[in-house]
Amino acid sequence: MKNTRNLKDIIFKNLIKLLTNISILVLIGIFLSLIIKSAPILKEKSIIEILFSTKWQPFKKEFGLWTFIISTFYVTIFSLIISVPLCILSSVYLSEYCNKRIKIFFLSIIDILAGIPSVIYGIWGVIIIVPLIKNQIAPFFNASSNGYSLLAGAIVLSVMIFPIIIQITVQVMENVPRELREASIAIGATKWETIKFVVLKKAQPGIIASIIIATSRALGETIAVLMVVGNVIKIPKSVFDPAYPLPALIANNYGEMMSIPLYESAIMLSALILLIIVLAFNVLARIILIRIERKS
Amino acid sequence: MIKRKIEEIVFKILMYSAFITVLISFFIILFTILIKGIPSLNLKMITQTPKGGYYLGKEGGILNAITGSLILACSSTFLSMMISFPIAVFLNVYNKKKSRYVQVIRFSFDVLTGVPSIVYGALGLIVMYFFNLRASLLGGTIAVTLLILPLMCRGIDEVLQMTPKSLLESSYALGSTSLETSFKILLRQCYPGIITTILISFGRGIGDAASVLFTAGFSDNMPGNFLRPAATLPLAIFFQLTSPIKEVQSRAYAAAIILTMIILFISIMSRVISLRFEKYKIK
Amino acid sequence: MEQKSHIEAKKLNVYYGNNHVLKNINLQIPDKKITAIIGPSGCGKTTLLKSFNRMIDIFDEVKVTGEVLFDNENIYKKNIELTHVRKKMGLLLQRPFPLPMSIFDNVAYGPKIHGLKSKKKIRELVEFYLKETSLWNEVKDKLQAPATSLSIGQQQRLCLARGLAVEPEVILGDEPTSALDPIATRKIEEKFHQLKKDYTIVIVTHILRQAKRLADYVIFMYLGELIEAGPADKIFNEPEKELTKEYIKGLIS
Ligand SMILES: Nc1ncnc2c1ncn2[C@@H]1O[C@H](COP(=O)(O)OP(=O)(O)OP(=O)(O)O)[C@@H](O)[C@H]1O
Ligand SMILES: [Mg+2]
Repeated sequence: MKNTRNLKDIIFKNLIKLLTNISILVLIGIFLSLIIKSAPILKEKSIIEILFSTKWQPFKKEFGLWTFIISTFYVTIFSLIISVPLCILSSVYLSEYCNKRIKIFFLSIIDILAGIPSVIYGIWGVIIIVPLIKNQIAPFFNASSNGYSLLAGAIVLSVMIFPIIIQITVQVMENVPRELREASIAIGATKWETIKFVVLKKAQPGIIASIIIATSRALGETIAVLMVVGNVIKIPKSVFDPAYPLPALIANNYGEMMSIPLYESAIMLSALILLIIVLAFNVLARIILIRIERKS
Repeated sequence: MIKRKIEEIVFKILMYSAFITVLISFFIILFTILIKGIPSLNLKMITQTPKGGYYLGKEGGILNAITGSLILACSSTFLSMMISFPIAVFLNVYNKKKSRYVQVIRFSFDVLTGVPSIVYGALGLIVMYFFNLRASLLGGTIAVTLLILPLMCRGIDEVLQMTPKSLLESSYALGSTSLETSFKILLRQCYPGIITTILISFGRGIGDAASVLFTAGFSDNMPGNFLRPAATLPLAIFFQLTSPIKEVQSRAYAAAIILTMIILFISIMSRVISLRFEKYKIK
Repeated sequence: MEQKSHIEAKKLNVYYGNNHVLKNINLQIPDKKITAIIGPSGCGKTTLLKSFNRMIDIFDEVKVTGEVLFDNENIYKKNIELTHVRKKMGLLLQRPFPLPMSIFDNVAYGPKIHGLKSKKKIRELVEFYLKETSLWNEVKDKLQAPATSLSIGQQQRLCLARGLAVEPEVILGDEPTSALDPIATRKIEEKFHQLKKDYTIVIVTHILRQAKRLADYVIFMYLGELIEAGPADKIFNEPEKELTKEYIKGLIS
């Protein structure tokens, strides 16, 4: 009896060890094959040329990705500019000032919104944001726009990442020990000073983490952005111009790419580049985070 | 002193307005979808498949897409559950918390959760090439499994990490093996958390459009064969919305309500279930 | 110390990373007696106790040298049947940790995993051990209720019943009463007194008075070293070492 039990344990242990290692290897293998798939185009053209050229004419074998890369960054950065201040301020309000009922109510709404698929955010963008930009915002700034623009993409994205930042930030702020606040208040600090110097400071790594997670979500968001951003291959000069981020490029070109061999390779390369951007960003950010945590 | 007061007041006002802005934007989203969608919501949508000319505004429904999405999400959630629970157990029960190996694996899965779903779509495509598959329900399942696997691994891992160490000690002290401890104690203790993780992953899987865009294809027939293309809800919404015909567009809104309902149902379920099982849990 | 002893440590050293926590411990635990391990906080009492059933294995970066002999077998040698060793030693933690299941299943869990199948036998066992820990009358009407619905004191007795149900030879207790109120504490102490007929009991305690009330044999630890060990009378009344004297008087804590 004893022996069979221990035998089972050992067998199970080795099985799941195998499973863990295989899963990781398979995942790495798939990523490597992405590189193989994008090799053909890299043989024909130098990576520098592909990255920094703005010419995208698949039928003339021109596959410059710069426009798309820049658009990706623009959309992401603008969405962060909109949502980070809003989210941090609301999180402080939620965790420090507002009453408990409102907080619970609000956080459950946030929970639900965190689960809502991106198509739905896209629809909302098409119905509300696009006309709003076309009829109100753009004319107000003396610009003309059909609404499908960088700004629309950024707004939709920013709303999509609200839940991510708020959920984490509120949780992190609540985990700041009460004694710490009391100590600060006992010294004679006001509530706001306590929040500014003690709570936010202590919560800083967590807040940064939430922004990182939100950013990597924003960098790769496809459908919702694709629906409102206009998809015109030209580097946007203002927020009212249309843009064309990488994920949209990948999604839009799948149908056509089969016919031209290099085309497919170019699309796979775009996926690879997007992946590398997100990964590099993630790894870098997590290292920073570990540093900060060590310090405190 | 006055400066300190003013600063606090200014920030309070800012916070309040930020909060209201966020709140309002959420209500606008919900109401937009409801107002636009409810008029074209009807029973046919969930009981019929598209008839000829459905996408030109004729008769039919999107039962095929609803079924397709459910099958796809269920099978990929099941698949990744089968993989991720053992992995999480391996990390938490059979390894020391601070071991290099555990940290590396955890870090990898963390990074993988950040990978965009469109990339998982492309990766799914590569796996499909490898097995010589065409766009099909199976292909979609592969892509979505890839998408939610890291999410689920880390989710369950996080839940298992929360178990008090003394609980494991109590079980070992009775002479249980690690295997028995995992399935008889840990699984029980972590039921609520695991179910919540599963449901969240399910929601992510059913709502994601970008990963199934190339891999699952689209079809007007009911899904039956895993090797055939199948319609999915997010794509049905997306395609209908891009149609120039007003009728079809408003059907997209209605379909969006259905998808939202499914998501809502899942998130309420997860709460109810976790409350249910909470009673045996050791705090 | 003529009796042959169940548990014996020889040149036992334990490290947590670079932290040398137990320093060259040599001791014998007398059979069918209550042994109390006393000493100031952080001196390694818990570590010593948990090294007896290799529970320290599950901590990070632990290194153990030396031997712990259990029935003359070194439990730190390779190929040892760990589950078997642990089954022979019941462990009672500081705070009660009922398993996430019903009261009945908590007690039945151990016998079941060790291969007892008969439903009837199991029911008898559960009743027997719940009576043994004087819990039966309090819980007999709600055996299927979650164990967490009991009071802390009842939970601790449940944990004791759970530990006894696998028929151990030794009971290890790490400050088993520190989370309990005085009445619940007394109940547990009384149990220990009755149980020492059949079991070897080792408890860690912070409370000198408890050690005086319970112990037949006392081990005094200080900063990871075993300072003095001997019969309770001797340690409390005429300790040999200066450190022990000061601790007994309450000068170091
Ligand atoms: N899991 C662990 N990892 C690293 N160090 C540990 C661990 N557990 C205990 N220690 C260290 O080992 C030393 C002895 O700890 P131990 O818990 O054995 O002391 P103790 O005598 O039981 O103390 P107390 O009376 O407070 O319970 C302490 O210095 C502690 O910091
Ligand atoms: Mg201790």
